[in-house]
Amino acid sequence: MSQSTTVPSQDHHEHAHPPGLQHHFIDMRQQFEASKIGMWLFLVTEVLLFGGLFVGYGIMHSKHPEAFIAAHTHLDWRLGALNTIVLLVSSFTMVMGVWAAQTGQKKKLIGYLTTTFLLAGAFMVVKYIEYSHKFHEGLLPGKFYAHQGDTVPGQFMFFSFYFMMTGLHGIHVLLGMVAIAWLIWRAQKGHFSSQYYGPVDMVGLYWHLVDLIWIYLFPLMYLLT
Amino acid sequence: MASENVMHANGHGAGAHADYLDSTKGLWSWLTTVDHKRIGLMYLWSVVFFMITGGLLALLIRLELLTPGPTIMDAELYNRAFTLHGAIMTFLVIIPGIPAALGNFILPLLLGAKDVAFPRLNLTSYYIYVVGALMALSTLILGGVDTGWTFYTPYSSTTGGGVSMMVLAAFVLGFSSIFTGVNFIATIHKMRAPGMGWFELPLFAWGMYATALIQILATPVLGITLLLLVMERVLSVGIFDPNLGGDPVLFQHFFWFYSHPAVYIMILPAMAIISEVIPVFSKKTIFGYKAIAFSSVAIALLGFLVWAHHMFTAGMSLFAGAIFSFITFFIAVPSAIKVFNWIATMWRGSISMKAPMIHAINFLLIFTIGGLTGLFLAALSTDVHLHDTYFVVAHFHYVMAGSNMIALLAGLHYWWPKMFGRMYNERMAAIAAALIFIGFNATFLPQFLMGSRGMPRRYYNYLEQFQELHVLSTIGSWILAFGLFMCLAVLLASLRGKKGVASNPWGGKTLEWEALSPPITHNFEDTPVLVHGPYDYRPQPVPVVVEREQGVTH
Ligand code: HEM
Ligand SMILES: [Cu+2]
Repeated sequence: MSQSTTVPSQDHHEHAHPPGLQHHFIDMRQQFEASKIGMWLFLVTEVLLFGGLFVGYGIMHSKHPEAFIAAHTHLDWRLGALNTIVLLVSSFTMVMGVWAAQTGQKKKLIGYLTTTFLLAGAFMVVKYIEYSHKFHEGLLPGKFYAHQGDTVPGQFMFFSFYFMMTGLHGIHVLLGMVAIAWLIWRAQKGHFSSQYYGPVDMVGLYWHLVDLIWIYLFPLMYLLT
Repeated sequence: MASENVMHANGHGAGAHADYLDSTKGLWSWLTTVDHKRIGLMYLWSVVFFMITGGLLALLIRLELLTPGPTIMDAELYNRAFTLHGAIMTFLVIIPGIPAALGNFILPLLLGAKDVAFPRLNLTSYYIYVVGALMALSTLILGGVDTGWTFYTPYSSTTGGGVSMMVLAAFVLGFSSIFTGVNFIATIHKMRAPGMGWFELPLFAWGMYATALIQILATPVLGITLLLLVMERVLSVGIFDPNLGGDPVLFQHFFWFYSHPAVYIMILPAMAIISEVIPVFSKKTIFGYKAIAFSSVAIALLGFLVWAHHMFTAGMSLFAGAIFSFITFFIAVPSAIKVFNWIATMWRGSISMKAPMIHAINFLLIFTIGGLTGLFLAALSTDVHLHDTYFVVAHFHYVMAGSNMIALLAGLHYWWPKMFGRMYNERMAAIAAALIFIGFNATFLPQFLMGSRGMPRRYYNYLEQFQELHVLSTIGSWILAFGLFMCLAVLLASLRGKKGVASNPWGGKTLEWEALSPPITHNFEDTPVLVHGPYDYRPQPVPVVVEREQGVTH
């Protein structure tokens, strides 16, 4: 073979892999950078997924401005604001969790992750309260809309979007909770170290995106003028 | 071969250094594999299965069109048949075909890597594909789908049958496609062999990169569009329903914002294969490497700006139409650049007409016809006449069915010895290639004529005057089907022989040819280091050794 060489590596496979390194990667750095790229690309797809809904919402809003504005008064902006704060704080505790992982502080890591998990749960509880209130009043999407005494017609479409968008977002929060629970479990088993903390970092990125989407959803839905 | 005499005792199990087909045995070891080569093969056989399924439907459709009026089915059944045919071929065959089957197998080898960046994600994407495929097939018992593969509202939001299931199937399949895209981009960025800079990357990898970009940027939009359509059906959310204050044309905008880029998900991988095959069988350096590489990326990005050319007759301002028409013309430029580069590569090369090369040349002819007829459709004034006629059907079959499938065959013949360690019967493969070419043109050339004379698409009935051309087209479909079955038979027959092909039967210069045929599970015994460019056919290579510190050892 004159066209290329291979590098004979004396210690090929003889050494033990560092814990957490998958065998098809050369070293920890390559593995970390690859998963970082993968995660960012995934986040791009998430943004585009929600982007489609935002565009649809925008177009329908501009077609039916009165109906949308009338409909949004059924939302309680205080609960929305509360949830915004909850998520913002949870993003902060997530950042601290990543920092704890990077510096190899197991106890703190578990503490911060658990706090984040509980805040996410709090978000879902508030959402549950909001949803059941809407159900009660017949403020339902599409053909199930049954609210009495509307003066402006066509408000069902606002609630179609409200439930689709906050619902999809809620599913993302739940998935985030599963991921964080998985991190807590792995942290307890001592999988993470200052050498290997990639998964914490990745879930952290995801969590910030979920937070970010809510930050756009909140004014769009609750603070319409 | 520097590598055969280096043996290793290690903790990866005895199988790690046997060839990937034999390293572990049993169905279970395949179903749970994370080896990109095995996953590639599982994709390949699935795609072949669905190509046969979709192909049989196509034969039935053509048979129905043999005579005017009902021939073997009624209008209802005809609508269901062409919808299922279109959906299977688009979402289950052409989109995953080259990237997920061949790309999965070859890309890491081309890069000198052990695997893709995320092997488990890779396997996940395969199973998502299987689930999506089963969902699509289940529409058969749910009453079928009669909307066409484009699912246009308001018909699709009001008609019965398995529309929701089919739409959800396409949604699920989108995830499989996204995961493959994410995997490939991370792999190309981070898993290249030491010394392989971006411009030493084989052009196949550039093509996969551009494809993956589109998969990532466009598929989520399709996903949400389809989800909205399902919501429209289930909840009557109103967005696409004019009775509820929605806008059915909005669906078309959303749909084509994905699906025009998606046509480049189908053609870029085909071009990627051709860019590998032509230099190897011309024994010449590829002409205009950078032009080909950048035109792939240009196509990927420009592809997002032209979607409304599918909607010239759906009601848009003349101004908007003119702009979309102009950009559409513009996007033909990078495609043409590639064609000229391939021809320039062949110019004065020492061409050997082996099966892969025959397919590649067939591709050039067919793609040129398909691309040029796209320009008639891109021009506003002609498209008003040609839209929704057989002219469009012929155009997109030339670019999707013809170009994509024939490039897939070129790649399959080219890499077959690498994949299975066996060589097929060259003569028979060449005859099959010729039959496919003849059959394809006999099927679809008449459709250009019919379309330009006003034969509308998606009708099971037609005026007497079109019958001659329809008969020609139907006979063509039989030749095409025969050619394809012969091709498959020739390839499968080779599997009965013993393994024993040399590692580099074609004299290729890219890294996959340095691995054994078939490769070991880890692809290379030692990490290969690049010492020459991918298409270096100079008589006396002046090795440009690029040394890099990091990453050289395992
Ligand atoms: C050379 C560049 C190309 C140009 C200028 C072009 C232009 C067009 C135009 C203007 C239409 C709309 C016609 C109508 O509905 O009235 C069209 C339809 C279509 N094209 Fe192309 N095209 C090109 C390449 C491709 C490629 C490479 C593919 C796929 C691999 C493709 C696949 C399709 C499909 C699937 C349709 C019809 C979809 C449907 O209505 O079901 N095109 N093309
Ligand atoms: Cu298009």
